[in-house]
Amino acid sequence: MSATRQEPDTQPKSLFEKVWDAHSVRTLENGQTQLFIGTHLIHEVTSPQAFGMLRDLNLRVRHPERTFATVDHIVPTDTRIEPFADPLADGMIRELRKNCGEFGVTMFDTGSGKQGIVHMVGPEQGITQPGMTVACGDSHTSTHGAFGAIAFGIGTSQVRDVLATQTIAMSKPKVRRINVHGKLGPGVYAKDVVLHLIRVLGVKGGIGYAYEYGGSVFDAMSMEERMTVCNMSIEGGARCGYVNPDQATVAYIKGRPYAPRASEWAEAEARWLALASDEGCRYDDVVNIRAEDIAPTVTWGINPGQAIFIGETVPTVEGAPEDEKANIAEALEHMKLTPGAAIAGTKIDVAFFGSCTNGRMSDFIEAAKYLRGHRVAANVKAIAVPGSQIVKYQCEELGIDQVFRDAGFEWRDAGCSMCLAMNPDKLVGDQLCASSSNRNFKGRQGSVTGRTVLMSPVMVMAAAVTGEVSDAREVFKTEPNTVSA
Amino acid sequence: MALEKITTVTGRGVYVPGDDIDTDRIIPARFMKCVTFDGLGQYMFHDVRFTEDGDEKTHPLNDPRFEGASILLSGENFGCGSSREHAPQAMYRFGIRAVVAESFAEIFFGNSTTLGMPCVEATAEQIVRMAEIIRADPSAQITVDVGSSTVTCGGEVFNVTVRESAREALLGGRWDPIAELLEADDAIRETASRLPYL
Ligand code: SF4
Repeated sequence: MSATRQEPDTQPKSLFEKVWDAHSVRTLENGQTQLFIGTHLIHEVTSPQAFGMLRDLNLRVRHPERTFATVDHIVPTDTRIEPFADPLADGMIRELRKNCGEFGVTMFDTGSGKQGIVHMVGPEQGITQPGMTVACGDSHTSTHGAFGAIAFGIGTSQVRDVLATQTIAMSKPKVRRINVHGKLGPGVYAKDVVLHLIRVLGVKGGIGYAYEYGGSVFDAMSMEERMTVCNMSIEGGARCGYVNPDQATVAYIKGRPYAPRASEWAEAEARWLALASDEGCRYDDVVNIRAEDIAPTVTWGINPGQAIFIGETVPTVEGAPEDEKANIAEALEHMKLTPGAAIAGTKIDVAFFGSCTNGRMSDFIEAAKYLRGHRVAANVKAIAVPGSQIVKYQCEELGIDQVFRDAGFEWRDAGCSMCLAMNPDKLVGDQLCASSSNRNFKGRQGSVTGRTVLMSPVMVMAAAVTGEVSDAREVFKTEPNTVSA
Repeated sequence: MALEKITTVTGRGVYVPGDDIDTDRIIPARFMKCVTFDGLGQYMFHDVRFTEDGDEKTHPLNDPRFEGASILLSGENFGCGSSREHAPQAMYRFGIRAVVAESFAEIFFGNSTTLGMPCVEATAEQIVRMAEIIRADPSAQITVDVGSSTVTCGGEVFNVTVRESAREALLGGRWDPIAELLEADDAIRETASRLPYL
């Protein structure tokens, strides 16, 4: 292969190519690459069958020291008293503990103070670092790309493959560079950026691609904001998404438990920064978006690409292109929205704040800033679920939990909760939920007829206090507390 | 661990129309509280097939004419969303052996190939035509031919797309890559030794 490539060492390369090449073990018979996985994250739902397969094949975990586990998907968030009320959930958590014990895998369990959604735990612990390959049996593994890691969601058989060989078979995706230039307006967040990108590029627009995000908007983003965007790469169909490492990346990792030791720090920092895509490297596609064109965005339909700005109206079937008509009709029927009507003003029943998209410290600080002094509207059930125990304890230290409690939110323990409703937190009937999570699929939040409207955390706050989908910029703009940090 | 070489899949078809059919729809999350995949088949497409009281809804998968169908036809971006292998596992255990759709989400595609369940891509027009054929005659045989990239439906032949890596894996009996991955013991060690962070 390298014989046909000209001057292989001087060709400018994207971060993706550098990381892919460094982790390529060999080419398989079918042309796929056997790719080394540097960090393997596991959780209770997609790993038990993989451990079962491992036992059937009489294999061991090849790199237990590169495998990390936590519980998130089914863990209750209202109580941590065991056994859990749901015997199936209880059994799955026990199974993970047993598997980790037997195979020597580190587990951030409920009693560790470090448990949380798997995509929060990796960064919090400093496990996720630039230039790594990361895999996890969960599609939102793309989150870790915020650090300049190449991070793939995988199926359970591949979890087995990683456990047994620390490798997976993969086809190399193309790379699309997505630039967002300019400056986001007030009240426009990372969540709005990614919902807008998916709306523009489509839920299948990313098939076959890794997304590289860049431009002045990403340069200015915090690591947590970058995680929000990378998290939803998969909703746009991309295999992974990443941001090139810079000083913000380095600063975030410094001092975390799994960060390189002081003696190795300078070398690691230099190596990470050098991983960024080279000037003039080739991309398979480039997309440019203007930050000024992005407004607070909410979904109206049943996939994350069915999104509109808060000031827009719900689409009509008649106004849609021919090949979209059936999908739009199906979405409108499920959502019970009036075609052509404003999305603002849609009554909500539930407000859910949490998930691996928007359950981080900066989300809680920003949301609390606006929620302070407000009350959740009558008839709205509102729950706030920190994405990790670390976020929960930090909020409690800062009194942020009290802001939520005073407003009428339920304050919960860490987990996925109503993002996928595998634990007791579920919508009932056709309740409509204003949600800071990432999927609005039919039935996603635990009721077949339940309805989800995705939005940023601050927009969830606005919906919670008004009882309807609202423009947070209008709801909160005259409040004195909007200026205090 | 030689696997069966999958060259063709033959059976009757069922058409589940729609684009962006996500894995939450194929297997709702609440059925994933399990430590094995056994028994998932009965829950495939559960919430589109049954009411909350457990009564059957009108759906192609409940239509007795399509009972026993093993080839599923659908639209664009089939299997999007969650990476859950529970989705193709449920389909396989239900009796599905191949999927013909306009396009597939990537994780679903990989998970299905690893189960030896070919996913082949046809155009919207082709799928509409195949659906017409099986609607007119639910007993019509469909053959998905991985080697020649064709689908034969009720005697009509359609040229479809089979991704190269999947074709190689299916025809070569290497659709579950574990044996091949395990072979590379030395190469894996060599790659690991080059990684600065290990
Ligand atoms: S918070 Fe939601 S999207 Fe994230 S890992 Fe949990 S279930 Fe998946």
